[in-house]
Amino acid sequence: MRFLFDSNTWQEIFGSIGKNRTRTIITVIGVLWGILIYIVLSGAAKGLDNGFEKQFQNVAMNSMFTWAQSTSMPYKGFKTGRQLQLKLNDGVLLKNRIPEIQYIAPRNVKGIFGGSPAQTIRNGKSGNYAVYGDYPISTKIATKKIYDGGRFINDEDIEGARKVCVIGERTQKELFESEENPIGGYIRIDNVFFQVVGVHKYTPGGGFESDSDIYIPFTTFKKLYNTGENVGWFAIAAYDDADVVQVEENVKAVLKSIHNVNPKDERAIGSFNLGEIFNRIVGFAKGLTFMSLVVGIATILAGVIGIGNILLISVKERTKELGVRRALGATPKEVRSLIILESVFLTMLAGIMGIILGAGVLSLINKLTKGMDFPYSNPTVPIPYVLGALAIMVILGTLIGLIPAQRAVSIKPIDALREE
Amino acid sequence: MIEIKDLHKSYKMGSNSLHVLKGINFSVEDGELVAIMGSSGSGKSTLLNILGMLDVLDEGSYTLDGVPIKDLNETKAAQYRNKFLGFVFQSFNLINYKSAMENVALPLYYQKVGRKERQEKALKYLEQVGLREWADHLPSELSGGQKQRVAIARAMAAEPKVLLADEPTGALDSTTSYEVMDLIQKINDAGNTILIVTHEPDIADMCKRIVHLKDGVIVEDKKITQVRASQYV
Repeated sequence: MRFLFDSNTWQEIFGSIGKNRTRTIITVIGVLWGILIYIVLSGAAKGLDNGFEKQFQNVAMNSMFTWAQSTSMPYKGFKTGRQLQLKLNDGVLLKNRIPEIQYIAPRNVKGIFGGSPAQTIRNGKSGNYAVYGDYPISTKIATKKIYDGGRFINDEDIEGARKVCVIGERTQKELFESEENPIGGYIRIDNVFFQVVGVHKYTPGGGFESDSDIYIPFTTFKKLYNTGENVGWFAIAAYDDADVVQVEENVKAVLKSIHNVNPKDERAIGSFNLGEIFNRIVGFAKGLTFMSLVVGIATILAGVIGIGNILLISVKERTKELGVRRALGATPKEVRSLIILESVFLTMLAGIMGIILGAGVLSLINKLTKGMDFPYSNPTVPIPYVLGALAIMVILGTLIGLIPAQRAVSIKPIDALREE
Repeated sequence: MIEIKDLHKSYKMGSNSLHVLKGINFSVEDGELVAIMGSSGSGKSTLLNILGMLDVLDEGSYTLDGVPIKDLNETKAAQYRNKFLGFVFQSFNLINYKSAMENVALPLYYQKVGRKERQEKALKYLEQVGLREWADHLPSELSGGQKQRVAIARAMAAEPKVLLADEPTGALDSTTSYEVMDLIQKINDAGNTILIVTHEPDIADMCKRIVHLKDGVIVEDKKITQVRASQYV
């Protein structure tokens, strides 16, 4: 160990590395390339991962939607092809029977799955927009960003079936003058006056919603369109630790039993599971990370083997020098350590340079993709990965250095000196 | 200083073995300058390698400065070489990426001498061989004679008991050879024991004793009147 911290040792190593510049540079490039690829790949994978997460950040990851369709099997005396209708009470039952459900929001819409979009008029300007009947809890499942000064529908709106609405960015643009503050203004939706309480910011990324949607309280929707207890669909968020796929199955089973549907009927209840989609994307990102790990390590390995190879050649080239050193009193251990330390030092040097360069490339990619519609953000490589890569390199550098070192020692000084 | 008794050495060449040294009895006193002569294949280099612990003997005994040299592992041999012996080679064997001074300092490095002291000593020995101004030059920037003088300085730097020179003038022209021999004689005058392997009679004549080897045995061992090399320089 003392040998390792002896400044003389390092002078010898620096001497031998510094004086064989071409060899050093070629060796370093091999490993540098490996670690560079490793860093860039795993950083990019992480960036992609972050990017996906960012895209989905306004939707609860473990959320699902369920709606009623028509039966495809006869059951309990009901004939096939019966149109089902979800009711408000279904939501209460679901919440009671399935403990994994954190939030459940009944929703209705006019102008997307059926019915014509609501004719909306203000001061002679008009447009046709989809109208949603919503509970405040909706925002727990899919975040709605509301512009400053406004709000989303609240519980009092629901209780009083108030005629208030949250309009979209485009709705605002089309119905209001640009300098006008829409909050507090009145618009006429299907001949009923509504007061605007908020403007929502549209976030792309999934679903059928758009930047022109109008949200009104569920209870108001019920009165306006005479929908009674009917629910268009339920948006459901499960607890973070719940298996949303299981929840989806449970929800459908409960709904089938409520509505007297054959439990084997696959078509009666429709559903869409965001968690599953998200898991697939996360799985893709994970696969990418894993692949980058494999590719990176393989490349590092190739680089280190390259170092071993070049050192082997260099030992051959330096046979005479090593012979002289031994004639002058270098013990086999000293010769071996010299070669191994050269190997480790070169690997480390290349590794650190590769990490720095890789970080540079990553930040460059980050800069170039910023502002682009591309799921990529904040590409980073976790420190343990970096340290792990360095540790692997030191270990591999030592192991690979052993081969030329052993070769160097196995040559007898007398043979080394005789070689011309 | 050197005591060799009944030394045998043979090399295995495939199935048959080549008996190179066939019973050498030979001793060297302190301060001697001995030339070992013989045609190629006579075993003179083998003898020198065994003396230099670069090779091991098969039979017989070898005592160096009262220390029996036997059953050496590589580490022990390296330590003995470093402590007892200085080598001068026909092809100089300087390390080409190290300056003259660094080359001279190398055996001191293996003696664990500190950097500063190493440099001082190296400069002192370079001064002795008249190459102080060339201390920072690489071997490639030196002439053959200069290289050999650096090699001699390197061999002397470790302050060995015995200096072993294998054809030290073999790669040099005669003028340069005499310069090198002049240097060797001066070092010998200072009391150092030196063994030279050579096949050149004029070089051998500059030593104090000539040992003739033929087919692995000593055929002649005589003390001679030294021819001073300085008269040719």
